[in-house]
Amino acid sequence: MADRPVPPAPAGAVADEALPGAWRARYDARRGPGHRAAEGMRVYGLVVGMWVRSTMAYRASFAMTALGNLAATALDFVTIVLMFGRVHALGGFTLPEVGFLYGTAGTAFGLADLFLGSMDRLGRRVRDGTLDALLLRPAPVLAQVAADKFALRRLGRIVQGLAVLGWSLARVDVHWTWWRAAMVPGMVVCGGIIFCAVFTAGAAFQFVAQDAAEVQNSVTYGGNTMLQYPPGIFARELVRGVTFVVPLAFVNWLPALRVLGEPDPLGLPGWLDFASPLVAALCCALAAAAWRTGLRAYRSTGS
Amino acid sequence: MRGSSAGFYAAVATRGFRRYATYRTATAAGLVTNTVFGLIIAYSYIALWSQRPHLGGYTQAQALTYVWLGQGMLSAMALMGGGFEDELGDRIRSGDVAIDLYRPADLQAWWLSADLGRALFQLLARGVVPMVVGSLLFTLWLPADPLTWVLFAASVLLALLVSFAVRYLVGLSFFWLLDGAGVSQVVWLAGLFFSGMLLPLNVFPGALGTVARALPWSAMLQVPADVLLGRHQGGGALAALGFQAAWAMALLAAGRGLQSLATRRVVVQGG
Repeated sequence: MADRPVPPAPAGAVADEALPGAWRARYDARRGPGHRAAEGMRVYGLVVGMWVRSTMAYRASFAMTALGNLAATALDFVTIVLMFGRVHALGGFTLPEVGFLYGTAGTAFGLADLFLGSMDRLGRRVRDGTLDALLLRPAPVLAQVAADKFALRRLGRIVQGLAVLGWSLARVDVHWTWWRAAMVPGMVVCGGIIFCAVFTAGAAFQFVAQDAAEVQNSVTYGGNTMLQYPPGIFARELVRGVTFVVPLAFVNWLPALRVLGEPDPLGLPGWLDFASPLVAALCCALAAAAWRTGLRAYRSTGS
Repeated sequence: MRGSSAGFYAAVATRGFRRYATYRTATAAGLVTNTVFGLIIAYSYIALWSQRPHLGGYTQAQALTYVWLGQGMLSAMALMGGGFEDELGDRIRSGDVAIDLYRPADLQAWWLSADLGRALFQLLARGVVPMVVGSLLFTLWLPADPLTWVLFAASVLLALLVSFAVRYLVGLSFFWLLDGAGVSQVVWLAGLFFSGMLLPLNVFPGALGTVARALPWSAMLQVPADVLLGRHQGGGALAALGFQAAWAMALLAAGRGLQSLATRRVVVQGG
């Protein structure tokens, strides 16, 4: 990125030059927010490309860590299979049905983990002062933080999720229509976006509480684990929490219940089963607002 | 000499305790995560045990106690990492271990003291709260007999020794492997699965269960849990503690052997 020329500052902004925020505002006013988003994606791609090249310098190490990543997530499913060695159904769901929940949640979470999983390092950057360097570069901070230490080995989780999803699709007892079939990729994509929003909001929270990175894990990794089980086994308040507070139920629970033809334990209106794209968009808007608020509130440690 | 060195290692352990006690926000954040995972696992066990009461010899209340005990011991046993082994590995890779080796302290005893200090803090800070939360939300099964609690305390201490001994071997592997991430990962996965963290080992089927119960990782969670849940009576409890002690001795001795091999044969990098 160092070779990218810094665009000339707009005239009459001399006093504000030192403030990256003010600089960005003027930059936006001149080029429009669409340009800014495209610029963010370009920067993200450049930084990701750099990390991928550096990962590929040690191919054997990459293969082993990717395999390890796959094995680590597979243990969750092994646990579920071991449970089904003792029972025929869990919360009224058969093993392929639980596999369907597992595969959709795991793949959606895997996508978000691959694209934005390194954002939980933000607290460390705030603590040691290296975030300041990112603020000085003429590139959107969100794109830089999102691409920071991009770990290609996280493909392992996606592969494992897709494998379980494929296995379950061949075995679930579903009368497949076009809209049911379309809901499966829809769950993975919308679910991935919802998890991305959670990662972003979690990173924004770390501007306030740098040491609290682990709280985020309870929603991301914990949420992923929860979505692998049928909603009926959890307490109602818990299900309400992941429907209305952190809307993870829209990742796979509500649409999957519709696909599998299972009743919804909360008895919500049926149209909500199709509301995942809307919820994903809403989550993105809220996460973006949280991110901007966090970034504005940022005070450097000065170290 | 012996007396003063005991005081010295006690001081190292105290610093280990204080070092982790410094990060209060991080500890609170970890507690939130332990509690959330405890809730999720607890509900999945309720679904399991309501269909198969007495699965693996546990009642539902015992299974739920197992869940919260597991969450409470997770960070003390460093089952998800977070112990000293990465730090030791880094010091070996950078060559700083040369400085540690000419200090008037034994390398293994130094790290053992520091790790016991850390583990004691994790037991108090991250062990007690999940148990309290769990007992407020669910009906748990806790023993009334004080002797069981004494045996449980001894079992936890032995579990900490086994946990340290395994991770010391992982740390020492950096003497031979410049990138020990692979070994760390394999041991970490084995620890999570074979300690009974994901599912109690007595629910594992047939031969897998038999093998899992004989491996050292079962000494870190399954055995202390079974001691607390009163599954070992009288001589059985002593046999369980003996199993832990045997693994602790064997692995600590292996660590000692590997340490002397490493310091004799390996040329430290860096200058």
